[in-house]
Amino acid sequence: MDRRTVYLDNNGTTRMADEVIAFMHSNDPLYGNASSMHSLGRQAAAGIEWARGKAADLIGADSHDIYFTSGASESNNTVLNIFRDRADDGDARNRIIVSAVEHPATIETVKYLRGRGYRIDLCPVDSIGRVKLDELERLMGDDAALVSVMTGNNESGTIQPVKEAAAIAHRHGAYFHTDATQAIGKIPVSVADIGADYLSMSAHKFYGPKGVGVLYARHGVPLSPFVHGGHQENGVRAGTYNNQAILGLGKAAELAAANLSDEHDRLWDMREALRKGIEERIPDVVVNGSNDEALCLPGTLNISFPSAEGESILLYLDLEGIEVSTGSACATGSLEPSYVLLAAGLDVELAHGSIRFSFGRYNTMDDVDYVLEKLPPIIEKVRAMSTRRI
Amino acid sequence: MADSFMAQWVYTDTVKDHFINPRNLWKEGEEFKADGVGEVGSLACGDQMRVGIKVRDGRIDDLRWLTYGCASAIASTSMMSEMAKGMTLEEAYHLTPSMITDALGGLPEHKFHCSVLGDKALRAAIDDYLERNGMPNPYKGTTAKVICECKGVTDQMIENLVKSGKVSDFEELQRETGCCTACGKCRSRILEELNECLHIYGK
Repeated sequence: MDRRTVYLDNNGTTRMADEVIAFMHSNDPLYGNASSMHSLGRQAAAGIEWARGKAADLIGADSHDIYFTSGASESNNTVLNIFRDRADDGDARNRIIVSAVEHPATIETVKYLRGRGYRIDLCPVDSIGRVKLDELERLMGDDAALVSVMTGNNESGTIQPVKEAAAIAHRHGAYFHTDATQAIGKIPVSVADIGADYLSMSAHKFYGPKGVGVLYARHGVPLSPFVHGGHQENGVRAGTYNNQAILGLGKAAELAAANLSDEHDRLWDMREALRKGIEERIPDVVVNGSNDEALCLPGTLNISFPSAEGESILLYLDLEGIEVSTGSACATGSLEPSYVLLAAGLDVELAHGSIRFSFGRYNTMDDVDYVLEKLPPIIEKVRAMSTRRI
Repeated sequence: MADSFMAQWVYTDTVKDHFINPRNLWKEGEEFKADGVGEVGSLACGDQMRVGIKVRDGRIDDLRWLTYGCASAIASTSMMSEMAKGMTLEEAYHLTPSMITDALGGLPEHKFHCSVLGDKALRAAIDDYLERNGMPNPYKGTTAKVICECKGVTDQMIENLVKSGKVSDFEELQRETGCCTACGKCRSRILEELNECLHIYGK
């Protein structure tokens, strides 16, 4: 096959949908400040309210409960900050419990809070990276303020038992937040079904623009601003509206809702074709996470190649035009490989040798064939070079 | 429009060249009777190296290597193998990571410590060669640099203590060597050396 660019890092970010780009450009004249009283301002405000409705529809929420942010990192920080404020105010419920495999936007933030004396617990996960509900139950108590468990994991693709986790949190009088960033557009996400009090998402993970996201906060839950300085979003999030980006998010939400079931099946078929193809062609591989369709985000395949190191694999693939990510420490500049895979009990060497392929809307079965042609000789080459060759 | 932003590869062209075409690789099934073999590195940082040398007339006559590691680990071991060939044992023993890195046209800062281990594997291979032949090792210790001047603690001492498992943190190192107990000026350099050794030899 001729050299091509095969983008398989859709969990990292996605290419904006053509429809989203066209829609954003068609609204170029919508430059008014949506907080202004003049016509251009009101027009921009109307566009933003339209987008708010689309975002609400996507997760089965009331549009009054949708707050626009710069993305899920900010949304997660906002939620954690709300409970930091409450702890500062002397609330007896002052402990935050999050899963050990949350995105760095949550994990690093709670570690920062812990370093400043706040009470934080991490809930362990099982061998496919699913939160252990009995451990979560054990961690609960009268002092538990917030439980945060992501809907689906960015690295392993593992889908979390969020509905059950939310029920546990509520039974003990705590609030429940889910970071649904990776799940949106891939599996159905409904705040009512989950029982989520808070939910985070980012537009760029579902073919929208970067730098814009949503915080869902159910009516009546504790809410305070993380970014101060303006009356936007009912005083919850200051900052002049990024009209085009918010409209792009709205359009992407509309597309995600319309395409969800077809997209799910298409992504899962490509993921499974790649998994089976790799298992047939390459000896001794380990799939991280689950191969059960009900437990794995459809486009994610995380696989370890013993005796081969991830950064080397990634860069040899890059030279062939294939773009993936790895859990190897070498690729991140840290000394530790993926904490997500280690939390699931994976051996350090296997974590160093892990590659994540993540499919998206613009991938086809031809991409799978291309990877299956290029990957086996690369693994063979890296393994032949290895001190740990098999 | 997007074409006006040229994609830069993460490493220099020389690194890329050695990564794509590694030199002196120890191929499977190849008949290479090494006179000395050395291995360093640990999986904690995801880098491990093995070097085999043939010695003739006191020089590195030929060399083969294997590496479990990232692109810069592969490239730096490959570069080391080219540089070491033909060197006297003494010259080879004093090959440093920065000589290898310079020859590669530089490496990102965070890659320097964990991935450039080829020189250490080469020293281990020379040690092995001398030991196998019952020859005295005039080089061991000659590469040592004093870090704690008050107590005369060298990088080599730290390396050996970590390597043998006697030391696994700063307090233990202080107890063993007395480093940083006088003026304390060397603290950051001691810590740097200790962390590097723990990284390479630690569990």
